Amino acid sequence: MSLKPDDVSKIAQLARLAVSPEEGEALSRELSSILDLVAQMTAVDTSGIEPMAHPLEMQQRLRPDEVTETDQRDLYLGNAPQAEAGLFLVPKVIE
Amino acid sequence: MHEKTIAELSAGLAAGDYSSVELTSHFLERIEQLDARLNSFITLTPELALEQARAADQRIAAGDAGALTGIPMAHKDIFCTLGVRTSCGSRMLENFISPYDATVVSKLAEAGMVMLGKTNMDEFAMGSSNETSHFGPVRNPWDVERVPGGSSGGSAAAVAARLVPAVTGTDTGGSIRQPAALTGITGLKPTYGRCSRYGMIAFASSLDQAGPMTRTAEDAALILGAMAGFDPRDSTSAERPVDDYAAALDQPVSGLRVGVVREFMHGDLDAGIAASVEAAIAELQRQGAEVVEVSLPNAHLSVPAYYVVAPAECSSNLSRFDGVRFGHRCEDPKDLEDLYKRSRSEGFSSEVKRRIMIGTYALSAGYYDAYYLKAQQIRQLIAEDFRRAFADCDVIVAPTTPGTAFPLGEKGDDPVSMYLQDIFTIAVNLAGLPAISIPAPAVNGLPVGFQIIGDQFQEGRLLNVAHRIQIETDWHQQVPEGF
Repeated sequence: MSLKPDDVSKIAQLARLAVSPEEGEALSRELSSILDLVAQMTAVDTSGIEPMAHPLEMQQRLRPDEVTETDQRDLYLGNAPQAEAGLFLVPKVIE
Repeated sequence: MHEKTIAELSAGLAAGDYSSVELTSHFLERIEQLDARLNSFITLTPELALEQARAADQRIAAGDAGALTGIPMAHKDIFCTLGVRTSCGSRMLENFISPYDATVVSKLAEAGMVMLGKTNMDEFAMGSSNETSHFGPVRNPWDVERVPGGSSGGSAAAVAARLVPAVTGTDTGGSIRQPAALTGITGLKPTYGRCSRYGMIAFASSLDQAGPMTRTAEDAALILGAMAGFDPRDSTSAERPVDDYAAALDQPVSGLRVGVVREFMHGDLDAGIAASVEAAIAELQRQGAEVVEVSLPNAHLSVPAYYVVAPAECSSNLSRFDGVRFGHRCEDPKDLEDLYKRSRSEGFSSEVKRRIMIGTYALSAGYYDAYYLKAQQIRQLIAEDFRRAFADCDVIVAPTTPGTAFPLGEKGDDPVSMYLQDIFTIAVNLAGLPAISIPAPAVNGLPVGFQIIGDQFQEGRLLNVAHRIQIETDWHQQVPEGF
């Protein structure tokens, strides 16, 4: 399985990563070698095998619908790169 | 004081031979003197440590102390620590001050342990050499030109150099066991769900698990007892009581059925590693254990399946790093898209980007069945292999790694050769099983790991078998020169 620099650009866009043309070259090589490793799976017949999403036999727990967290807005905003008036700031999204 | 195990230090504190403040100062001084050669810590917290030590001394004086009260430790920098920087080895979180404690952190603090700082690691726990850290590589105390393994490389190097008696680690594909093996210490990866993942920065959520890294199995039993347990804040936390691991340590191993994996011990295995693992198996036989051969016919598919499942989950987990709420933000973004892309590209280094992209590709439209679904089916086959094997044996033994510690930079350009470091550890994560790595006889002066794998929630059995080997051998007592 080999990925071309074009494929790498598409994947980078989906992952919201900026990839320069030089990085794209190296990445297409590295990602292709990882996909070659992964391709060993294709030789195995897995028809009828139940996919295993999770290692434990368990069901999703539900908790009572009660307030358990206190308001710590200022503490959490303290890690924001840019915040003002209790809000996270981002570049203008709506013209 | 640094020669002693936690069990011995605990007795010394109880007898008043030294205080926790003295003990803490001693280890802080060792870090100060020696860690420039290793780079095993990202952040030190001496003031907080001395404050916790003073509180521990008061508890000891008041007769309110447990086995871990006043014992110094450190956390891998993947665990959130209230008010203390939690970087996950990444530029992305270089300035992140956690607003809360991980459950594992608060449990060990409640037990009275004293945190000296946060240990170095591969960025976002992605790596097997500790060379992907934004804070520089960690060096192996057995040979500072070699890697300590990873991703919990700082934790392993710090324990091996006796800079701290115990450190937490995390293991998604071998990140506790592989560095433990390469540095000659004891590292336990518990059953998936045994320790809470709350506040442990997520890499691959269906695989991640926290565990102790120590010098002996006895110490690991003490720490695991305090770390483990149900946590309502982790939706996949196992809702079952914690065993008394320390109480089961001495149980004889006579009659124990030890499964040796046919596919791991034959063929291409390095002769030195094979001889070392055979010596550990012989010690169990000498104590009356019975060796049986078991087969894991799909184990060779574990690395391929893992490099779909783990990157897929990582690409989803790491989407939260968007430069908006916390973490790195690029300068002067021209719009929101530019903000996301440049913040992420500057904040993550190449290995993390590779894995995000592989995961994104595997989950993208048209490829899901061929990659993610297929990998989950292979995962089922691997778990079935283990279920069958455990019908014939009580524990499974194997090498932890295919070789000893390799030179820094050796595998830098070749991600796949780095991934193959974990061929003996990854199947355990896919199946959600517990496994421990303990030192076996060294090869050419470098440590070798002996891996003992158990069925789900058999941590007590693993610690027992490891302890029985350690009380009869001195493989775990070797110390690197100059530390």
